[in-house]
This record gives sequence, C-alpha cells and structure tokens, in this order.
Amino acid sequence: MTTLHQFRAEAAATIADAQLQISLEGATHTFASGRVRALAELPDADALRDHFKATREAALGRLAHYLELFERNATAAGAQVHWAVTPAEAHDIVIDIARRHNVDLVVKSKSMATEEIHLNHALEAAGIEPVETDLGEWIIQLLGEPPYHIVGPAIHKTRQQVADLFSQQTGRQISADDIEGMVGVARSALREKFLSAGVGISGANIGVAETGSIVLVTNEGNGRMVTSAPKVHIAVMGIEKLAANWDDAAVWLALLARSSTGQPLSIYTSAITGPAKEGDEDGPQEVHIILLDNGRSQQVGTPYEEALQCIRCGACLNVCPVYRESGGHAYGSPYSGPIGAVVTPMLMGLADFEALPQASSLCTACLDVCPARIDIPRMLLQLRADEVEEKVMPWHERVAERAAARVLSSDKSLRFVAGALRLLQTPLARNGHLRVPAALNPAKGRKLPALAKKSFREMWRKGEV
Amino acid sequence: MSPPPRVALFVTCLVDQLHPEIGVATVRLLRRAGCEVDFPMAQTCCGQPFFNSGFRPEAARLAKRAIEILEPYEAIVLPSGSCTTMIRAEYVHLLEEEPAWHDRARKVANKTYELSEFLRHQVNWQPPTSQNAPTITYHDSCHMCRILGLKEEPRALLTQAGCAINEMSESNRCCGFGGLFSIRMPEVSNAMTGEKLHQAAETGSAMLVTADPGCMMQMRGLAEAHGVRVEHLAVLLEMLTTDSQI
Repeated sequence: MTTLHQFRAEAAATIADAQLQISLEGATHTFASGRVRALAELPDADALRDHFKATREAALGRLAHYLELFERNATAAGAQVHWAVTPAEAHDIVIDIARRHNVDLVVKSKSMATEEIHLNHALEAAGIEPVETDLGEWIIQLLGEPPYHIVGPAIHKTRQQVADLFSQQTGRQISADDIEGMVGVARSALREKFLSAGVGISGANIGVAETGSIVLVTNEGNGRMVTSAPKVHIAVMGIEKLAANWDDAAVWLALLARSSTGQPLSIYTSAITGPAKEGDEDGPQEVHIILLDNGRSQQVGTPYEEALQCIRCGACLNVCPVYRESGGHAYGSPYSGPIGAVVTPMLMGLADFEALPQASSLCTACLDVCPARIDIPRMLLQLRADEVEEKVMPWHERVAERAAARVLSSDKSLRFVAGALRLLQTPLARNGHLRVPAALNPAKGRKLPALAKKSFREMWRKGEV
Repeated sequence: MSPPPRVALFVTCLVDQLHPEIGVATVRLLRRAGCEVDFPMAQTCCGQPFFNSGFRPEAARLAKRAIEILEPYEAIVLPSGSCTTMIRAEYVHLLEEEPAWHDRARKVANKTYELSEFLRHQVNWQPPTSQNAPTITYHDSCHMCRILGLKEEPRALLTQAGCAINEMSESNRCCGFGGLFSIRMPEVSNAMTGEKLHQAAETGSAMLVTADPGCMMQMRGLAEAHGVRVEHLAVLLEMLTTDSQI
C-alpha cells in the first residue's frame, strides 16, 4: 500500500540522491529519444497508433470470445490452459504443476504479471526456488528490491553497484569497467540454473487467439532458454494481452519495441504454439498457459476499461516528469509511472494506493506517447473523483475545497473573502510573495504568491484599465 | 467600415486576485489589435482546480455559471492556456449528462480563445518590432501545447516583436505546477520546477516566458535561486509594443 506520505518520502529521497537522478534521467532519456527515432522510421506512426488502438478496443470489446478462442486453439496445439481469477489461484496452479514434476528449482524470464501477484514469494513459501534470468530482474532479486521501471527493472543501479553485488556473490573482485566480466558472471550463474531447472516460468507479451500462441519479447535470449530448456513451461498472461489474430499481433509488434526502447524489434521475438512436437529436437514437453484475471475483467464497461489496452511498453514512464523525479519505488507497485498510477489502484484497490492518482500534474505527456493512445489523464481524473466520492480524500481537504468552491460561486463572496485575506496577509506580504516560516510553508521551500494589492476586477471597476 | 470585434475577457481567478498586471496587459494588447474589450464582472473561476481535484459537482456548477456569463459574447479571450483548455475541451465532457447544458458548453467552446491564438488567427495582429527586445526562452505549458496544440503562435508574436528565442532542451516538460499537485506533492513539484529553471538558465536567455499564469507563479516561486527572470507572454508583449523600459 502507498499513502501520500510514503510516496512523498520515497520521492524526496530519490530527488536528493544525485546519482539516482543521473541514472533516471539517463535511462528515460535514452528510451524516449530512441522511441522518437524508431517511430520516425515508420511511414506513418500516428496512423499506425490509431489503427492499433482500434484493434485493442475491438479485442477487448469481445474479450470473452477471444479468450475462449485462444483456449481452443492453444489446447489443439497441445498446450494446457488454466484460468486464474485471483493471485492465490495462480499460485496454486503453478505450485501444483511444480510438485507433480518434483521440481524445486524454477527459472523465470521477466514477467510483470508474476511480480503483480508476488509469485516468487509464494514459490519460496512452498519450498520452491525461483531464479530470475533477465539480468535486471536477477540483479534486483539478489538485492531483494522491487522493479524500478516496467521495462528496465534495474535502471537505478550503476555499474559500480552491480560490480559490488557480483563481487559479493562470487567472492571475486569484479571491476565496474569489466562489462564482459560482469556479463560472464551472470551467464555462468544463470546457465547452470537454466539447465537444471525443472520448470521455466515466463509471462506473455501477446496471446494470439487465432492460433493459441504466445509471443515473448526479450533482448537477452533468456526468454528462449526459459521456455525451451526445462521440460515444463508455464506462461502467466494477463487476460487483456490478447490479439485477435496475427495481423493485429504484427501491428502490436511493430509498435512495442519502438515505443519501449527504440528498437525496431527486440533481439529475440519468440512465438510459442504448444509444446515440442513429434520430431522437434528440443522444446518443453508441457506448456501451461495461465490466464490471469486479478481484477481485469471487472474493468470492462467501466471508465477504466481503456487501461486494459496497455502493452507494458513503458513509454509513458520515460516522458513522465513525476516518474523522472520520483523513481519507480515511490509508487510501491511493480507498475509505476502514469499507467501504474491507474492500474495499481484499479487492480489492487484505490484505498490502499490513494497516493497514486495524485502523483501527477496532469501534464498529458503520457497520452502523447502511448502507442495505444490510452487517455491516462482522463482516468487519473476519474480516480480522483472516486477518491472524493468514496471519502478516500481526508475530510479536512474535502471541507476546504467545498468551501473554496462556495466562495467562488458569486463575485460578491469572492470580493468579500479576498478582501479579508488581503487584510490578513498584510504583515506577511513582501514583493509579491508571502513570508512564511519554513515549517509552515506547504510549498516546502518554494515561495508562495501573495494576493495583489488591488485585484483586476477592482481596477476595472475604478476605470483604471 | 466594420465595427471592432467585441470580446469578453475571462481574466481567470489567478490573474484577477494575484497577478492583475497580466489582465491589464491583455486588455491593452487586445485594444491595440483593434478590439473592444468587455469584462463581465460576475466572473470568478472556470472551475479547473475543482475538476482536477475530483470535485465534479462543484466544477460543474462553476462551469454552468461561466457559460451563462460568457455565452452572450461573440468571442471570449483568456490569458491562460490551461483555463482556455478547461472551457474549450473539458466543459462539454463535464456537462455531457445534461444535453441542454452540453449544447451551450459546445457553443461557448467554439468561440473561446487563448490570447496568442486570438491575436494571431482571429484578428491577425502584427506586433511592431522593438529594437530593445530581449533574448528569451519560451515555456510550452502542458495544456496549451499538448491539448490546444498552440506552440507556434506565442513564438511568432514574440519573434515579430523583436525577441530572439533560445529553446530549452525540453521546452514542453511540465514546470511542476499542476494546480493543487504543487501543494499535495511539493517535493516532486519543486524538483520539476528546479529542472525547468535549470534548463532555462542553461539557454543564457534574459527571460523565461510563459503564456500560463499558473506556470509563471510556480516558476517564480523558485526562480531566484537559479537567477532566472520569469514573465508572462502578455506582459512582455505589451512592454515591447509600447517600447517601455524592459
């Protein structure tokens, strides 16, 4: 859960950390400028985004139909499809499969859905060891930290911090300048895990209903290792990740990596349709696909349905001025930034995440870059309206705002109250600002404006304009 | 000989009570451009702070009030991109459940303009070029730039009035105001403002100019530490086109 106080405290610590600010600016700038370059390579990126949005709307408009179609086709291809309404159901399905195969070690490729349901925690509690194989995810797993960014879980770590971590892990002295050496440490540690794990767990970037396939998008090849080396592959996929057919999936793929990191495609794009077939040299014997609901289906028909169109590209994070100062941990959720501020309260409850809809100046930079043109600001405003209606907002704030609205409901009351405030501010007003003791300043170091000596309406009334 | 266009000035609550000089400059510019300006005294606030905080019924009441006050006029001009956005883009959504009000909102939206777009596109005002114009950097405020799409208009007026413009590396990055956000999350808000002022200082310009009073107020609150002078577009243009002391 994330209260306003907690968000502010974590954000303030991030703001005060000069190195962290450099890492944050560096990563987000690289991704954001990459996105601009990559989209410019398309003949008409704007038209493609409009079309993509239409395909997302259409798929979500017939979600039940496409889920059942997906299940039929995946099953026909030899996969086993499971439906998990809650995180606990998903945990049980995974643990059950692992136990049936006497597995106590699983390897994972990066999956935000599994972070969302805290799958690793559930596996560990059941005596099963999960090992993350995406380099960034492995780093934060070793450090016991949550992901910092939807696409780059460890963007907050410097080379030096990673070198220190690997030195600690291996007992060797690893230099921050020895990039190859560090990659080597990860490769040899993870290679051993890939080859001995009994189960590989992945997410799914896209589920294609037409053929019952899942598509994985990675840059490190770990997605391929995880889904082909162990005998059993389990994919956890949010139900909203469905594309009706391969034409729509192609549009999705044309926009995903470009929007995310500025690559035309990620290094490895894999389509998995069922387990290894007769005659296949390798591949898992079993493929399980867990369709995860966890509150998604409830959004259909509500003002938040549009948030289900998200493809987790992270483009909104990279341009969000709030995220770029506060960092990912302030949100208290694997989903941070603008989309996180909507889906976290949406899926996990507004009362527990009251801070997130407030963590925005409504600048609309997110809407500007979203490949699916999701109107995040609209939904943040709706969440704020919900906070008022459901009394999540503190009572004194509600009273103050309603009082202010009443004052503004007539020019007479405005003049009266403003006149009174002008008198009260006299000892404090200097050069257009209010001199207020620092401890009492709600703007924390920023100067507050004073009321002008004479209002515009008074000047007009007196014929001075 | 056609009569001069009559416009209603919706001066905005921030300008009215905190920065009336922006309202005065706006009126002078409009008159200089050949307009007759009316100030409907009953006006108070467009309702945006309440809408942004989630107080929809309160915002709707203020919206209806503003519509009633403004609809008799042929054109409404505001010295604020965000308030223009509220009236032009949000009123119709806020009142969509009441068809009669929705219709009235739509009619008012169609004749509501931000100052620079009005001067440039509606009355085609050509500002005289000042020989004393400073080198400035211009802040694209969020709603004006991304919702209203107005980036070229303020720059064209400033350039014609004689200013050289040194662009910031991110002229359209939010200044950190966001209305009540600046009080609810002041640390983040101030950090955003600090970044904006830092980028402005890096351009080496004499002034940071914005067309939004909220942005101006926010940036002035921290400007001293960065040695940046912040001015509103209307005030600067008015100064330049009377050739007064900058």
